[in-house]
Amino acid sequence: MLYKFSFSLLVFLSLSACSLEPWVKPYERANLADPIMSFSQDPLSQGYMHHVYQAREGARGAEGGSGGGCGCN
Amino acid sequence: MVPKVVPEAVVVVTKALHLYLVPLIILFSISSNAAVLPEERADALYHSYSGGGIDITGPAVLVRTNAGDSVSLSAKHYVDTISSASIDVEVILGASTYEEERVENSFSIDFLNEKTLMSLGYTNSKENDFIADTISFGISQDVFGDLTTVSMGYAHGSNKVGKTGDPLFSEISQSDNFNLSLAQVITKNLIMSAAFDVTTDSGFLNNPYRKVRYIDTPTTFLLENEVYPKTRTSNALAVRGRYFLPYRAALHAEFRRFTDSWGIAGNNIELGYTHPFAKNWTIETHFRTYAQSKANFYSDLFPYSNAQNFMARDKELSTFNNSTIGFGVSYEFAKSEVGFIDKASVNFKFDHIQFNYEDFRDARLTSYTPGTEPLYKFSANIMQLFVSVWF
Repeated sequence: MLYKFSFSLLVFLSLSACSLEPWVKPYERANLADPIMSFSQDPLSQGYMHHVYQAREGARGAEGGSGGGCGCN
Repeated sequence: MVPKVVPEAVVVVTKALHLYLVPLIILFSISSNAAVLPEERADALYHSYSGGGIDITGPAVLVRTNAGDSVSLSAKHYVDTISSASIDVEVILGASTYEEERVENSFSIDFLNEKTLMSLGYTNSKENDFIADTISFGISQDVFGDLTTVSMGYAHGSNKVGKTGDPLFSEISQSDNFNLSLAQVITKNLIMSAAFDVTTDSGFLNNPYRKVRYIDTPTTFLLENEVYPKTRTSNALAVRGRYFLPYRAALHAEFRRFTDSWGIAGNNIELGYTHPFAKNWTIETHFRTYAQSKANFYSDLFPYSNAQNFMARDKELSTFNNSTIGFGVSYEFAKSEVGFIDKASVNFKFDHIQFNYEDFRDARLTSYTPGTEPLYKFSANIMQLFVSVWF
């Protein structure tokens, strides 16, 4: 049952992707394109802060790329 | 990656055209850049962390450039120079200071094909007692009229663990990471993203220097090696949003939930505000709070030697919370001021973090009976000064 539902959903999404009308028109996206709206405005700085937290918290992941190693002894 | 245009390019072009062409130009710019290579830019950063007896400073450089219309190359060099007289070093190693350096180098290549972006990456990190190699693969696709970007990735890490002063000590560990993310345009002023991440680790997962303490006599304790499980699996789910305010400023918010097979559950929430002013300046401020529960095998003080199969006294595995308040200021040079490059910026960021531990005590205070020492807490100051150029 779950397999059939998943397959149907996949087919629907595949077909609708070709015909879906964007509800935010391309000419309405100027604000979204502003650099202050970027999720990764300064990737080097952002990566550094992820490393600062990863080294000092038990939690990790779902925050973007970061290098290996710890450097936190 | 999310659909975006380059505002500067749009402005330059539209100045020379009749007003009625504006929507058309923006439409063209967006539709032709719905999936784009990352920006060509170079960043040079100096970072400084000071807190809890640890000072870490160093430079970092990131350069990303295109090779043709469909390939982007990036290289990163990062250095941590660590001087530590932390609570761990004083209690466990019995030393007052401890110095080492970590050097990380990364390379990545991105391929753009229609609305699909594929990435391959390699990272090497070296310390005198720890070498980590990581390879990664990612794929990103714009769908649903470019309102949605779906990304997924896989990374494999291989680590060699050594121990200073013990040339015979050699252990390995491995990690595998799977991630899936979705960025979604909600309205013309709101974009949100969700990311889900699963990581599995296996092998030698402890710090070879860190020890647990156990009661020897009612007034004294002794130390013995930590023993960790050989595997760990964790999940993280994050939801983020950015909202464009009517007077050109942005609010951002983030929530992340983390759980792992060691019993740790953590949440963090962040709120921030970005405000450009006076043409070239941008200020930003944010507040972040994090809290976690301890690992099942963590204890500040075990009742006797070898009390459990697995034992840890790493404060990162204890019950604690922290709060961060930070701000940043950025000055952007106009194209005419910097000649051959598109634009450049100078940036300064400062963060202050307060850590409060709920079951990790300050064992350096020997005048107390073991287990009655004050709970440990410390604060850290983090500074970043960096220059970015776009070309």
